[in-house]
Amino acid sequence: MDSTRKEWLLNALIAVALFAVPLWALMANEPFIITLATRIAILAVAAVGLNIALGLGGMVSFGHALYLGLGGYVAGIAAHHAFNGTPIFAGIPGTNQMLIIWAIAMVLSGALAAVVGALSLRTSGIFFIMITLAFAQMGFFFTLSWPAYGGEDGLPIFVRNQFPGMNTARPWDLFLIAYGVLIFSLAVFALLRAARFGAALMAIRQNPDRAAAIGISPFGIKLVGFILSGMITGLAGAMMADLTRFVSPVMMAWTMSGELIVIIILGGVGRLFGPVVGAALLVGFEVFFGGLTEHWKLWLGLVLLGVVLFARGGLIGLIAGRTQHG
Amino acid sequence: MADPVLELRGLSKSFGALKATDNVSLTLMPGEIHALIGPNGAGKTTLMGQISGKIAPDAGEVWLSGQNITAFSVAQRAKLGLGRSFQVSSLIPEYSAQRNVMLALQARQGHSFRFLKPVMRDSGLREAARAILARVGLDARASVESAVLSHGERRLLEIAVALALKPKCFLLDEPMAGLGAEGTARLVSFLHSLKEEAPILLVEHDMDAVFRLADRISVLVYGRIIATGSVADIRGNAEVRAVYLGEESPA
Repeated sequence: MDSTRKEWLLNALIAVALFAVPLWALMANEPFIITLATRIAILAVAAVGLNIALGLGGMVSFGHALYLGLGGYVAGIAAHHAFNGTPIFAGIPGTNQMLIIWAIAMVLSGALAAVVGALSLRTSGIFFIMITLAFAQMGFFFTLSWPAYGGEDGLPIFVRNQFPGMNTARPWDLFLIAYGVLIFSLAVFALLRAARFGAALMAIRQNPDRAAAIGISPFGIKLVGFILSGMITGLAGAMMADLTRFVSPVMMAWTMSGELIVIIILGGVGRLFGPVVGAALLVGFEVFFGGLTEHWKLWLGLVLLGVVLFARGGLIGLIAGRTQHG
Repeated sequence: MADPVLELRGLSKSFGALKATDNVSLTLMPGEIHALIGPNGAGKTTLMGQISGKIAPDAGEVWLSGQNITAFSVAQRAKLGLGRSFQVSSLIPEYSAQRNVMLALQARQGHSFRFLKPVMRDSGLREAARAILARVGLDARASVESAVLSHGERRLLEIAVALALKPKCFLLDEPMAGLGAEGTARLVSFLHSLKEEAPILLVEHDMDAVFRLADRISVLVYGRIIATGSVADIRGNAEVRAVYLGEESPA
Protein backbone atom coordinates (compact mmCIF):
# COMPACT_ATOMS: atom_id res chain seq x y z
CA MET A 1 0.00 0.00 0.00
CA ASP A 2 1.46 3.39 -0.88
CA SER A 3 1.93 5.89 1.89
CA THR A 4 -0.78 8.27 0.68
CA ARG A 5 -3.46 5.61 0.99
CA LYS A 6 -2.01 4.46 4.28
CA GLU A 7 -2.28 8.00 5.62
CA TRP A 8 -5.90 8.35 4.50
CA LEU A 9 -6.77 5.10 6.19
CA LEU A 10 -5.00 6.17 9.37
CA ASN A 11 -6.78 9.52 9.27
CA ALA A 12 -10.17 7.84 8.92
CA LEU A 13 -9.32 5.58 11.84
CA ILE A 14 -8.38 8.55 14.03
CA ALA A 15 -11.54 10.43 13.07
CA VAL A 16 -13.70 7.42 13.94
CA ALA A 17 -11.86 6.81 17.22
CA LEU A 18 -12.25 10.44 18.32
CA PHE A 19 -16.00 10.03 17.76
CA ALA A 20 -16.40 6.49 19.10
CA VAL A 21 -14.69 7.00 22.45
CA PRO A 22 -16.93 9.84 23.67
CA LEU A 23 -19.94 8.00 22.20
CA TRP A 24 -19.02 5.05 24.39
CA ALA A 25 -18.58 7.46 27.29
CA LEU A 26 -22.06 8.78 26.66
CA MET A 27 -23.50 5.26 26.92
CA ALA A 28 -21.40 4.50 29.97
CA ASN A 29 -22.35 7.81 31.57
CA GLU A 30 -18.78 9.12 31.80
CA PRO A 31 -19.13 12.86 31.09
CA PHE A 32 -15.52 13.50 32.07
CA ILE A 33 -14.30 11.46 29.09
CA ILE A 34 -16.64 13.36 26.77
CA THR A 35 -15.23 16.64 28.01
CA LEU A 36 -11.69 15.33 27.49
CA ALA A 37 -12.54 14.44 23.89
CA THR A 38 -14.04 17.91 23.43
CA ARG A 39 -10.83 19.46 24.73
CA ILE A 40 -8.78 17.35 22.35
CA ALA A 41 -10.99 18.42 19.42
CA ILE A 42 -10.73 22.14 20.28
CA LEU A 43 -6.96 22.02 20.88
CA ALA A 44 -6.69 20.19 17.57
CA VAL A 45 -8.59 22.98 15.78
CA ALA A 46 -6.16 25.52 17.26
CA ALA A 47 -3.24 23.42 16.07
CA VAL A 48 -4.79 22.91 12.60
CA GLY A 49 -4.71 26.71 12.38
CA LEU A 50 -1.04 26.83 13.35
CA ASN A 51 -0.33 23.92 10.99
CA ILE A 52 -1.24 26.15 8.03
CA ALA A 53 1.46 28.65 8.99
CA LEU A 54 4.01 26.21 10.40
CA GLY A 55 3.37 23.03 8.46
CA LEU A 56 2.54 24.36 5.02
CA GLY A 57 4.33 27.70 5.09
CA GLY A 58 7.26 26.93 7.38
CA MET A 59 6.43 30.00 9.46
CA VAL A 60 7.38 29.06 13.02
CA SER A 61 4.97 31.30 14.88
CA PHE A 62 5.78 31.27 18.58
CA GLY A 63 2.83 33.54 19.27
CA HIS A 64 -0.29 31.75 18.13
CA ALA A 65 -1.66 31.87 21.68
CA LEU A 66 -2.41 35.51 20.79
CA TYR A 67 -5.21 34.43 18.44
CA LEU A 68 -6.37 31.69 20.80
CA GLY A 69 -6.64 34.28 23.57
CA LEU A 70 -8.28 36.85 21.33
CA GLY A 71 -10.95 34.33 20.33
CA GLY A 72 -11.37 33.45 23.99
CA TYR A 73 -11.86 37.06 25.02
CA VAL A 74 -14.36 37.62 22.20
CA ALA A 75 -16.46 34.76 23.61
CA GLY A 76 -15.95 35.91 27.21
CA ILE A 77 -16.71 39.57 26.59
CA ALA A 78 -19.74 38.86 24.41
CA ALA A 79 -21.14 36.47 27.04
CA HIS A 80 -20.32 38.88 29.87
CA HIS A 81 -22.35 41.69 28.30
CA ALA A 82 -25.16 39.40 27.19
CA PHE A 83 -25.41 38.12 30.78
CA ASN A 84 -25.39 41.60 32.34
CA GLY A 85 -27.52 43.17 29.61
CA THR A 86 -24.98 45.96 29.13
CA PRO A 87 -23.61 47.19 25.80
CA ILE A 88 -20.00 46.36 24.86
CA PHE A 89 -19.46 49.91 23.63
CA ALA A 90 -21.38 52.51 21.68
CA GLY A 91 -24.64 50.65 22.15
CA ILE A 92 -23.42 47.35 20.66
CA PRO A 93 -24.99 44.60 22.79
CA GLY A 94 -23.32 41.38 23.88
CA THR A 95 -24.41 38.06 22.43
CA ASN A 96 -24.60 34.48 23.58
CA GLN A 97 -24.79 32.99 20.09
CA MET A 98 -21.73 30.90 19.29
CA LEU A 99 -22.08 31.35 15.53
CA ILE A 100 -21.95 35.15 15.83
CA ILE A 101 -19.12 34.95 18.36
CA TRP A 102 -17.12 32.64 16.10
CA ALA A 103 -17.53 34.95 13.13
CA ILE A 104 -16.34 37.94 15.16
CA ALA A 105 -13.47 35.94 16.67
CA MET A 106 -12.31 34.86 13.20
CA VAL A 107 -12.57 38.33 11.68
CA LEU A 108 -10.66 39.95 14.57
CA SER A 109 -8.04 37.19 14.66
CA GLY A 110 -7.56 37.51 10.92
CA ALA A 111 -7.16 41.27 11.20
CA LEU A 112 -4.67 40.93 14.04
CA ALA A 113 -2.75 38.24 12.14
CA ALA A 114 -2.64 40.58 9.13
CA VAL A 115 -0.93 43.26 11.24
CA VAL A 116 1.44 40.84 12.99
CA GLY A 117 2.20 39.02 9.74
CA ALA A 118 2.79 42.17 7.71
CA LEU A 119 5.43 43.24 10.23
CA SER A 120 6.99 39.90 11.16
CA LEU A 121 7.11 38.26 7.71
CA ARG A 122 9.73 40.79 6.66
CA THR A 123 12.07 38.74 8.81
CA SER A 124 12.73 35.03 8.94
CA GLY A 125 14.28 32.39 11.16
CA ILE A 126 14.91 33.28 14.78
CA PHE A 127 13.80 36.90 14.26
CA PHE A 128 10.39 35.79 13.02
CA ILE A 129 10.01 33.53 16.03
CA MET A 130 10.95 36.34 18.43
CA ILE A 131 8.67 38.96 16.82
CA THR A 132 5.63 36.68 16.89
CA LEU A 133 6.45 35.89 20.51
CA ALA A 134 6.76 39.61 21.30
CA PHE A 135 3.31 40.35 19.86
CA ALA A 136 1.74 37.53 21.87
CA GLN A 137 3.42 38.82 25.02
CA MET A 138 2.00 42.28 24.32
CA GLY A 139 -1.46 40.71 24.19
CA PHE A 140 -0.76 38.78 27.37
CA PHE A 141 0.29 41.84 29.37
CA PHE A 142 -2.51 43.93 27.89
CA THR A 143 -5.19 41.52 29.10
CA LEU A 144 -3.34 41.14 32.40
CA SER A 145 -3.68 44.85 33.07
CA TRP A 146 -7.20 45.32 31.71
CA PRO A 147 -9.40 45.57 34.82
CA ALA A 148 -12.70 45.90 32.90
CA TYR A 149 -12.61 42.19 32.05
CA GLY A 150 -11.03 40.71 35.15
CA GLY A 151 -7.37 41.50 34.56
CA GLU A 152 -5.20 38.70 35.83
CA ASP A 153 -8.17 37.01 37.53
CA GLY A 154 -9.74 36.31 34.17
CA LEU A 155 -13.34 36.49 33.10
CA PRO A 156 -15.87 33.74 33.89
CA ILE A 157 -18.63 32.77 31.46
CA PHE A 158 -21.58 32.07 33.78
CA VAL A 159 -23.84 30.53 31.16
CA ARG A 160 -22.28 28.75 28.22
CA ASN A 161 -23.05 30.39 24.87
CA GLN A 162 -25.77 28.90 22.68
CA PHE A 163 -25.76 26.99 19.43
CA PRO A 164 -28.97 26.60 17.36
CA GLY A 165 -30.63 23.23 17.96
CA MET A 166 -28.15 22.17 20.65
CA ASN A 167 -28.13 22.20 24.42
CA THR A 168 -24.58 23.38 25.02
CA ALA A 169 -24.85 22.67 28.73
CA ARG A 170 -24.75 18.95 27.90
CA PRO A 171 -21.22 17.62 27.35
CA TRP A 172 -22.26 15.43 24.40
CA ASP A 173 -23.84 18.34 22.53
CA LEU A 174 -20.78 20.46 23.07
CA PHE A 175 -18.60 17.62 21.86
CA LEU A 176 -20.63 17.30 18.67
CA ILE A 177 -20.18 21.01 17.99
CA ALA A 178 -16.42 20.82 18.61
CA TYR A 179 -16.11 17.68 16.48
CA GLY A 180 -18.03 19.34 13.66
CA VAL A 181 -15.75 22.38 13.77
CA LEU A 182 -12.70 20.12 13.81
CA ILE A 183 -13.86 18.28 10.68
CA PHE A 184 -14.60 21.66 9.07
CA SER A 185 -11.14 23.01 9.87
CA LEU A 186 -9.49 19.81 8.62
CA ALA A 187 -11.44 20.12 5.37
CA VAL A 188 -10.26 23.71 5.00
CA PHE A 189 -6.66 22.61 5.59
CA ALA A 190 -6.92 19.76 3.08
CA LEU A 191 -8.46 22.04 0.44
CA LEU A 192 -5.83 24.73 0.92
CA ARG A 193 -3.02 22.21 0.75
CA ALA A 194 -4.25 20.65 -2.48
CA ALA A 195 -5.08 23.94 -4.23
CA ARG A 196 -2.77 26.27 -6.15
CA PHE A 197 -2.44 28.35 -3.01
CA GLY A 198 -1.08 25.37 -1.07
CA ALA A 199 1.25 24.42 -3.90
CA ALA A 200 2.72 27.93 -3.81
CA LEU A 201 2.87 28.09 0.00
CA MET A 202 4.64 24.73 0.34
CA ALA A 203 7.02 25.62 -2.47
CA ILE A 204 7.94 28.86 -0.69
CA ARG A 205 8.67 26.90 2.50
CA GLN A 206 11.06 24.65 0.61
CA ASN A 207 12.74 27.18 -1.65
CA PRO A 208 11.66 30.83 -1.53
CA ASP A 209 14.30 31.91 -4.06
CA ARG A 210 12.99 29.45 -6.63
CA ALA A 211 9.41 30.54 -6.00
CA ALA A 212 10.35 34.16 -6.61
CA ALA A 213 12.35 33.26 -9.72
CA ILE A 214 9.25 31.78 -11.34
CA GLY A 215 7.15 34.79 -10.39
CA ILE A 216 5.53 33.74 -7.11
CA SER A 217 6.06 36.52 -4.60
CA PRO A 218 6.72 34.85 -1.23
CA PHE A 219 5.51 37.71 0.96
CA GLY A 220 1.90 37.89 -0.26
CA ILE A 221 1.34 34.15 -0.24
CA LYS A 222 2.83 33.76 3.24
CA LEU A 223 0.82 36.67 4.59
CA VAL A 224 -2.47 35.18 3.41
CA GLY A 225 -1.44 31.82 4.88
CA PHE A 226 -0.62 33.49 8.17
CA ILE A 227 -3.99 35.28 8.26
CA LEU A 228 -5.96 32.07 7.55
CA SER A 229 -3.87 30.36 10.20
CA GLY A 230 -4.69 33.01 12.82
CA MET A 231 -8.40 32.91 11.97
CA ILE A 232 -8.73 29.18 12.63
CA THR A 233 -6.76 29.38 15.87
CA GLY A 234 -8.98 32.31 16.91
CA LEU A 235 -12.06 30.19 16.27
CA ALA A 236 -10.60 27.50 18.52
CA GLY A 237 -10.01 30.12 21.20
CA ALA A 238 -13.68 31.11 21.26
CA MET A 239 -14.65 27.45 21.65
CA MET A 240 -12.01 26.84 24.29
CA ALA A 241 -13.41 29.68 26.42
CA ASP A 242 -16.87 28.14 26.14
CA LEU A 243 -15.62 24.71 27.11
CA THR A 244 -13.91 25.92 30.30
CA ARG A 245 -16.46 28.73 30.75
CA PHE A 246 -13.54 30.92 31.64
CA VAL A 247 -11.02 33.08 29.84
CA SER A 248 -7.85 34.56 31.32
CA PRO A 249 -4.53 35.98 30.17
CA VAL A 250 -3.05 32.48 30.56
CA MET A 251 -4.65 31.62 27.21
CA MET A 252 -2.21 34.12 25.64
CA ALA A 253 0.83 32.99 27.62
CA TRP A 254 3.91 31.91 25.69
CA THR A 255 3.61 28.42 27.18
CA MET A 256 0.32 28.08 25.30
CA SER A 257 2.04 29.04 22.02
CA GLY A 258 4.66 26.42 22.83
CA GLU A 259 2.03 23.80 23.53
CA LEU A 260 0.51 24.32 20.08
CA ILE A 261 3.94 23.82 18.48
CA VAL A 262 4.51 20.70 20.60
CA ILE A 263 1.15 19.30 19.45
CA ILE A 264 2.12 19.73 15.81
CA ILE A 265 5.58 18.24 16.23
CA LEU A 266 4.20 15.23 18.12
CA GLY A 267 1.54 14.56 15.51
CA GLY A 268 3.51 15.43 12.39
CA VAL A 269 4.35 18.85 10.93
CA GLY A 270 2.24 19.65 7.88
CA ARG A 271 0.27 16.40 8.14
CA LEU A 272 -3.51 16.71 7.94
CA PHE A 273 -4.25 14.76 11.12
CA GLY A 274 -1.01 15.66 12.89
CA PRO A 275 -2.76 18.21 15.12
CA VAL A 276 -5.45 15.69 16.11
CA VAL A 277 -2.94 13.03 17.12
CA GLY A 278 -0.75 15.60 18.84
CA ALA A 279 -3.63 17.07 20.82
CA ALA A 280 -4.80 13.61 21.87
CA LEU A 281 -1.27 12.71 22.98
CA LEU A 282 -0.86 15.94 24.95
CA VAL A 283 -4.22 15.70 26.71
CA GLY A 284 -3.79 11.97 27.23
CA PHE A 285 -0.39 12.50 28.82
CA GLU A 286 -1.71 15.25 31.04
CA VAL A 287 -4.60 13.12 32.30
CA PHE A 288 -2.96 9.72 32.70
CA PHE A 289 0.57 10.64 33.70
CA GLY A 290 -0.63 13.79 35.47
CA GLY A 291 -2.60 11.48 37.77
CA LEU A 292 0.52 9.46 38.57
CA THR A 293 3.10 12.17 38.97
CA GLU A 294 3.35 15.94 39.14
CA HIS A 295 6.26 15.72 36.75
CA TRP A 296 4.32 14.46 33.74
CA LYS A 297 5.79 17.19 31.61
CA LEU A 298 9.20 15.61 32.06
CA TRP A 299 7.92 12.43 30.41
CA LEU A 300 6.21 14.44 27.70
CA GLY A 301 9.54 16.15 27.10
CA LEU A 302 11.23 12.78 26.67
CA VAL A 303 8.58 11.70 24.16
CA LEU A 304 9.05 14.98 22.29
CA LEU A 305 12.79 14.39 22.26
CA GLY A 306 12.24 10.90 20.87
CA VAL A 307 9.95 12.20 18.14
CA VAL A 308 12.37 14.95 17.11
CA LEU A 309 15.32 12.54 17.05
CA PHE A 310 13.75 9.43 15.55
CA ALA A 311 10.42 10.34 13.96
CA ARG A 312 10.66 13.71 12.25
CA GLY A 313 7.26 13.19 10.63
CA GLY A 314 5.65 12.84 14.06
CA LEU A 315 3.39 9.95 14.92
CA ILE A 316 1.58 10.19 11.58
CA GLY A 317 4.89 10.07 9.75
CA LEU A 318 6.03 7.12 11.88
CA ILE A 319 3.00 5.06 10.86
CA ALA A 320 2.18 6.33 7.36
CA GLY A 321 5.66 7.20 6.09
CA ARG A 322 6.76 10.35 4.31
CA THR A 323 4.45 12.83 2.64
CA GLN A 324 4.07 12.39 -1.09
CA HIS A 325 3.21 15.45 -3.08
CA GLY A 326 2.67 13.59 -6.35
CA MET B 1 18.19 46.65 -36.31
CA ALA B 2 15.71 45.11 -33.92
CA ASP B 3 15.42 46.30 -30.35
CA PRO B 4 17.24 44.31 -27.72
CA VAL B 5 15.15 41.98 -25.55
CA LEU B 6 17.34 42.54 -22.53
CA GLU B 7 19.62 45.50 -22.08
CA LEU B 8 22.00 46.48 -19.29
CA ARG B 9 22.93 50.14 -19.18
CA GLY B 10 25.95 51.13 -17.14
CA LEU B 11 25.36 48.75 -14.23
CA SER B 12 27.67 49.28 -11.28
CA LYS B 13 27.82 47.58 -7.92
CA SER B 14 30.47 47.88 -5.23
CA PHE B 15 30.97 45.94 -2.04
CA GLY B 16 33.10 48.30 0.01
CA ALA B 17 36.18 49.08 -2.04
CA LEU B 18 35.59 46.13 -4.36
CA LYS B 19 33.98 47.03 -7.66
CA ALA B 20 32.14 43.80 -8.38
CA THR B 21 30.32 45.31 -11.37
CA ASP B 22 31.95 48.25 -13.10
CA ASN B 23 29.84 50.14 -15.63
CA VAL B 24 28.56 47.06 -17.45
CA SER B 25 26.44 47.54 -20.57
CA LEU B 26 25.32 44.74 -22.81
CA THR B 27 22.42 43.79 -25.03
CA LEU B 28 20.63 40.53 -25.76
CA MET B 29 19.14 40.58 -29.26
CA PRO B 30 16.20 38.48 -30.48
CA GLY B 31 17.22 34.99 -31.60
CA GLU B 32 20.75 35.07 -30.27
CA ILE B 33 22.75 33.29 -27.65
CA HIS B 34 24.92 35.81 -25.89
CA ALA B 35 27.49 34.13 -23.69
CA LEU B 36 29.04 35.82 -20.70
CA ILE B 37 32.41 34.41 -19.78
CA GLY B 38 35.08 35.40 -17.37
CA PRO B 39 37.54 33.89 -14.90
CA ASN B 40 36.49 33.05 -11.35
CA GLY B 41 35.85 36.18 -9.32
CA ALA B 42 35.10 38.25 -12.41
CA GLY B 43 31.72 39.21 -10.97
CA LYS B 44 29.44 36.98 -13.07
CA THR B 45 27.30 35.95 -10.10
CA THR B 46 26.89 39.53 -8.91
CA LEU B 47 25.92 40.61 -12.41
CA MET B 48 23.38 37.78 -12.73
CA GLY B 49 22.00 38.79 -9.34
CA GLN B 50 21.39 42.32 -10.59
CA ILE B 51 19.69 41.08 -13.74
CA SER B 52 17.42 38.68 -11.87
CA GLY B 53 16.63 41.28 -9.21
CA LYS B 54 18.21 39.63 -6.19
CA ILE B 55 20.83 42.39 -5.90
CA ALA B 56 20.11 46.10 -6.35
CA PRO B 57 22.73 47.93 -8.45
CA ASP B 58 24.37 51.13 -7.15
CA ALA B 59 23.94 52.71 -10.57
CA GLY B 60 22.68 51.82 -14.00
CA GLU B 61 19.52 50.28 -15.39
CA VAL B 62 18.11 46.94 -16.53
CA TRP B 63 15.64 47.01 -19.43
CA LEU B 64 13.45 44.11 -20.52
CA SER B 65 11.75 44.52 -23.91
CA GLY B 66 11.59 48.26 -23.68
CA GLN B 67 10.63 48.48 -20.01
CA ASN B 68 12.89 49.71 -17.23
CA ILE B 69 12.76 46.92 -14.63
CA THR B 70 15.60 48.14 -12.40
CA ALA B 71 13.29 48.71 -9.44
CA PHE B 72 11.29 45.48 -9.87
CA SER B 73 11.43 42.51 -7.49
CA VAL B 74 12.60 39.04 -8.49
CA ALA B 75 9.00 37.80 -8.73
CA GLN B 76 7.87 40.82 -10.79
CA ARG B 77 10.72 40.34 -13.26
CA ALA B 78 9.89 36.66 -13.60
CA LYS B 79 6.28 37.57 -14.35
CA LEU B 80 7.43 39.98 -17.04
CA GLY B 81 9.31 37.22 -18.79
CA LEU B 82 12.76 36.79 -17.31
CA GLY B 83 13.25 33.02 -17.12
CA ARG B 84 16.29 32.07 -15.15
CA SER B 85 17.97 28.84 -14.22
CA PHE B 86 20.26 28.56 -11.27
CA GLN B 87 23.95 27.74 -11.18
CA VAL B 88 23.36 25.21 -8.41
CA SER B 89 20.11 23.40 -9.12
CA SER B 90 17.44 25.12 -7.12
CA LEU B 91 14.17 23.26 -7.31
CA ILE B 92 11.35 22.42 -4.93
CA PRO B 93 12.94 19.32 -3.39
CA GLU B 94 9.81 17.53 -2.15
CA TYR B 95 7.91 18.10 -5.39
CA SER B 96 8.12 15.67 -8.27
CA ALA B 97 9.58 16.83 -11.58
CA GLN B 98 6.06 17.25 -12.89
CA ARG B 99 4.95 19.35 -9.92
CA ASN B 100 7.98 21.59 -10.26
CA VAL B 101 6.96 22.35 -13.83
CA MET B 102 3.28 22.65 -12.86
CA LEU B 103 4.20 25.26 -10.28
CA ALA B 104 5.96 27.32 -12.93
CA LEU B 105 2.95 27.00 -15.24
CA GLN B 106 0.67 28.03 -12.40
CA ALA B 107 2.85 31.06 -11.74
CA ARG B 108 2.79 32.08 -15.40
CA GLN B 109 -0.99 31.75 -15.65
CA GLY B 110 -1.47 34.40 -12.99
CA HIS B 111 -1.75 34.58 -9.26
CA SER B 112 -1.71 31.65 -6.84
CA PHE B 113 -4.62 32.81 -4.70
CA ARG B 114 -6.88 29.92 -5.63
CA PHE B 115 -8.01 28.01 -2.63
CA LEU B 116 -10.45 25.30 -3.68
CA LYS B 117 -9.61 23.32 -6.82
CA PRO B 118 -6.98 20.62 -6.25
CA VAL B 119 -3.91 21.21 -8.41
CA MET B 120 -3.41 17.54 -9.18
CA ARG B 121 -6.90 17.30 -10.69
CA ASP B 122 -6.10 20.18 -13.05
CA SER B 123 -5.56 18.09 -16.15
CA GLY B 124 -4.65 21.11 -18.29
CA LEU B 125 -1.78 21.92 -15.95
CA ARG B 126 -0.66 18.30 -15.73
CA GLU B 127 -0.63 17.67 -19.45
CA ALA B 128 1.16 20.91 -20.24
CA ALA B 129 3.80 19.96 -17.68
CA ARG B 130 4.19 16.51 -19.22
CA ALA B 131 4.66 18.01 -22.65
CA ILE B 132 7.43 20.29 -21.41
CA LEU B 133 9.15 17.43 -19.60
CA ALA B 134 9.01 15.45 -22.83
CA ARG B 135 10.77 18.27 -24.65
CA VAL B 136 13.78 18.06 -22.35
CA GLY B 137 13.59 14.26 -22.26
CA LEU B 138 12.44 13.90 -18.67
CA ASP B 139 8.92 12.54 -19.21
CA ALA B 140 9.86 9.10 -17.92
CA ARG B 141 10.94 10.69 -14.63
CA ALA B 142 7.92 12.96 -14.21
CA SER B 143 6.73 11.50 -10.92
CA VAL B 144 10.14 11.32 -9.26
CA GLU B 145 10.82 13.77 -6.43
CA SER B 146 13.30 16.35 -7.64
CA ALA B 147 15.51 15.72 -4.60
CA VAL B 148 15.97 12.13 -5.83
CA LEU B 149 16.74 13.01 -9.46
CA SER B 150 20.32 12.68 -10.65
CA HIS B 151 22.44 15.79 -11.04
CA GLY B 152 22.05 15.78 -14.81
CA GLU B 153 18.30 15.30 -14.57
CA ARG B 154 18.04 18.22 -12.19
CA ARG B 155 19.91 20.41 -14.68
CA LEU B 156 17.36 19.42 -17.32
CA LEU B 157 14.48 20.08 -14.93
CA GLU B 158 15.91 23.57 -14.36
CA ILE B 159 15.60 24.13 -18.10
CA ALA B 160 12.08 22.65 -18.15
CA VAL B 161 10.97 25.03 -15.39
CA ALA B 162 12.41 27.97 -17.32
CA LEU B 163 10.63 26.72 -20.47
CA ALA B 164 7.31 26.53 -18.63
CA LEU B 165 7.52 30.26 -17.94
CA LYS B 166 7.50 30.95 -21.70
CA PRO B 167 9.88 33.81 -20.99
CA LYS B 168 10.90 36.68 -23.23
CA CYS B 169 14.49 35.72 -22.56
CA PHE B 170 16.39 32.97 -20.80
CA LEU B 171 19.00 33.68 -18.18
CA LEU B 172 20.94 30.44 -17.86
CA ASP B 173 23.56 30.29 -15.15
CA GLU B 174 26.07 27.53 -15.97
CA PRO B 175 23.52 25.03 -17.26
CA MET B 176 26.27 22.56 -18.23
CA ALA B 177 27.89 22.51 -14.78
CA GLY B 178 28.81 18.94 -13.91
CA LEU B 179 26.95 17.39 -16.84
CA GLY B 180 29.69 15.27 -18.40
CA ALA B 181 30.47 15.04 -22.10
CA GLU B 182 27.33 13.30 -23.28
CA GLY B 183 24.95 15.45 -21.24
CA THR B 184 26.69 18.59 -22.40
CA ALA B 185 26.44 17.57 -26.05
CA ARG B 186 22.71 16.94 -25.68
CA LEU B 187 22.15 20.23 -23.91
CA VAL B 188 24.17 22.13 -26.50
CA SER B 189 21.92 20.91 -29.32
CA PHE B 190 18.85 21.61 -27.21
CA LEU B 191 19.90 25.18 -26.41
CA HIS B 192 20.63 25.69 -30.06
CA SER B 193 16.97 25.03 -30.85
CA LEU B 194 15.80 26.97 -27.79
CA LYS B 195 17.20 30.30 -28.95
CA GLU B 196 14.54 30.48 -31.66
CA GLU B 197 11.97 30.61 -28.89
CA ALA B 198 13.66 33.31 -26.87
CA PRO B 199 17.19 34.64 -26.76
CA ILE B 200 19.55 33.25 -24.16
CA LEU B 201 22.01 35.04 -21.93
CA LEU B 202 24.35 32.21 -21.07
CA VAL B 203 26.87 32.21 -18.29
CA GLU B 204 29.07 29.19 -18.80
CA HIS B 205 32.45 27.83 -17.86
CA ASP B 206 32.60 25.16 -20.56
CA MET B 207 34.55 26.95 -23.30
CA ASP B 208 33.88 24.33 -25.96
CA ALA B 209 30.17 24.65 -25.40
CA VAL B 210 30.35 28.44 -25.46
CA PHE B 211 32.29 28.48 -28.71
CA ARG B 212 29.86 26.06 -30.32
CA LEU B 213 26.72 27.85 -29.14
CA ALA B 214 27.30 31.55 -28.79
CA ASP B 215 26.45 34.10 -31.44
CA ARG B 216 28.20 36.75 -29.39
CA ILE B 217 30.46 36.57 -26.39
CA SER B 218 31.18 39.16 -23.73
CA VAL B 219 34.20 38.77 -21.51
CA LEU B 220 33.94 39.99 -17.93
CA VAL B 221 37.12 40.65 -15.97
CA TYR B 222 37.21 42.34 -12.56
CA GLY B 223 33.63 43.51 -13.04
CA ARG B 224 34.31 45.15 -16.41
CA ILE B 225 33.43 43.93 -19.88
CA ILE B 226 36.75 44.01 -21.70
CA ALA B 227 35.47 42.71 -25.03
CA THR B 228 32.26 41.83 -26.85
CA GLY B 229 32.16 40.16 -30.23
CA SER B 230 31.71 37.03 -32.30
CA VAL B 231 33.44 33.79 -31.46
CA ALA B 232 36.19 34.61 -33.95
CA ASP B 233 36.63 38.12 -32.50
CA ILE B 234 37.00 36.78 -29.00
CA ARG B 235 39.33 33.97 -30.02
CA GLY B 236 41.51 36.52 -31.77
CA ASN B 237 41.44 39.19 -29.07
CA ALA B 238 44.87 39.49 -27.51
CA GLU B 239 43.67 40.98 -24.25
CA VAL B 240 41.13 38.19 -23.77
CA ARG B 241 43.76 35.57 -24.48
CA ALA B 242 46.04 37.14 -21.93
CA VAL B 243 43.62 37.43 -19.04
CA TYR B 244 41.37 34.50 -19.61
CA LEU B 245 41.89 31.98 -22.31
CA GLY B 246 45.57 31.80 -21.51
CA GLU B 247 44.75 30.30 -18.15
CA GLU B 248 42.37 27.70 -19.48
CA SER B 249 44.11 26.52 -22.62
CA PRO B 250 47.75 27.57 -22.86
CA ALA B 251 47.95 26.89 -26.57
